[in-house]
Amino acid sequence: MKSKTIRRWSFAHTWSSLICTLFLLLLAVTGLPLVFHHELEALLGDAPQYRQLPADTPPMDLAQLVQAALAHRPGEVVQYLAWDDDHRDGVTVITAATAGTEPNSSHTFSLDARTGEVVETPAANGGFMMVMLRLHVDMYAGLPGKLLLAFMGLLFVVAIVSGVVLYAPFMGRQRFARVRQTQSRRVRWLDLHNLIGIVTLTWALVVGVTGVINACADLLITAWRNDTLTAMVAPYRDTPPLTSMAPASRLLAIARGAAPGMQADFIAFPGTRFSSEHHYAVFMKGATHLTSHLLTPVLIDATTLAVTAVGGRPWYMNALGLSQPLHYGDYGGRPMQILWAMIDVLTIVVLISGLYLWWVKRRVKP
Amino acid sequence: MNRKRSRFWSLYGAALLIALLGACGLFAALLGDGAWDVLSWVGLGIPVVISVHALVKYCR
Repeated sequence: MKSKTIRRWSFAHTWSSLICTLFLLLLAVTGLPLVFHHELEALLGDAPQYRQLPADTPPMDLAQLVQAALAHRPGEVVQYLAWDDDHRDGVTVITAATAGTEPNSSHTFSLDARTGEVVETPAANGGFMMVMLRLHVDMYAGLPGKLLLAFMGLLFVVAIVSGVVLYAPFMGRQRFARVRQTQSRRVRWLDLHNLIGIVTLTWALVVGVTGVINACADLLITAWRNDTLTAMVAPYRDTPPLTSMAPASRLLAIARGAAPGMQADFIAFPGTRFSSEHHYAVFMKGATHLTSHLLTPVLIDATTLAVTAVGGRPWYMNALGLSQPLHYGDYGGRPMQILWAMIDVLTIVVLISGLYLWWVKRRVKP
Repeated sequence: MNRKRSRFWSLYGAALLIALLGACGLFAALLGDGAWDVLSWVGLGIPVVISVHALVKYCR
């Protein structure tokens, strides 16, 4: 490689990393507890604990669960009901002042699906894990915060790619993964930085790119609302606002009939971000491992309970669906979580050693 | 030319293999449990073993 070319890549690597390093450190540090959020929430007593009941206890009627939720949060409306594979005995409820209230102002809790008993989950509304999540997702700055972090993620990808290109000239005549035995601390850390950087390349790229996609979730959901959802509910454009809703009792059976072989993931109530003003939207997930991350909305008229549309998914919603597990590292058992956390720490080592190498080199230059 | 090519593979060959195993592992675990998960542990485990080994050996 010509020395001019090397200088250009070097410039790209130095500055893309320098700009994103502080943000990446924040993301790597706050991401660490988030990898184990299920375990930590259980440890902090914030995971829902349901009563021991005979295994064949039937679930309660959905409309009764909605009533139980509203009785617990008087003056609010239900935005979402969601199911979690780890806690099949319960259902997660999100309520807020209005259906259109933004997510950070809503209240999340659980209901025992068999008894309607309320189980509060404080971690979903505040506390240590929520602070970690907010710092990780938007730094308490809303959409601008998310987009800033998305941009930092893009710089991180530039830093990775330029780092890989520079691997060859920096390694010179040495063999792969060689760390020179020298007294010079700088040379040793240069070799370690290069080594750890190149072996954790795939993970860093995948987590970086899926992080950018997740950070753009709000924009993707808005795009989905504007094209797919608007087309699906076009016949309702001139329909007057809802005055009353049909009870939710049969929603799951109706949705299963419209999307056979699929399982309900969550129900978006009328007027929320994931539904129209006139529909219950039951989001169904596929039965296989892969398709369980891809959701199909079944739109059910909130007055007549007729199925009016079964949604296809635009490609970017599939990308968003798959970006979630690939970013969270929660889809390959406990060993995957532990390895995920270890590579996260290794990324912190690469970031700090990179900063150190830049600092030392800067001091050497006149 | 040939020399250049062998230089490329001696430097990037192992890196490419590790990267590909990592990618296969990450996507394999999306497809199923059990053996699929084990593939992801292998793919993610190799970078961890190499890095931790180097860190322990060279930085005291």
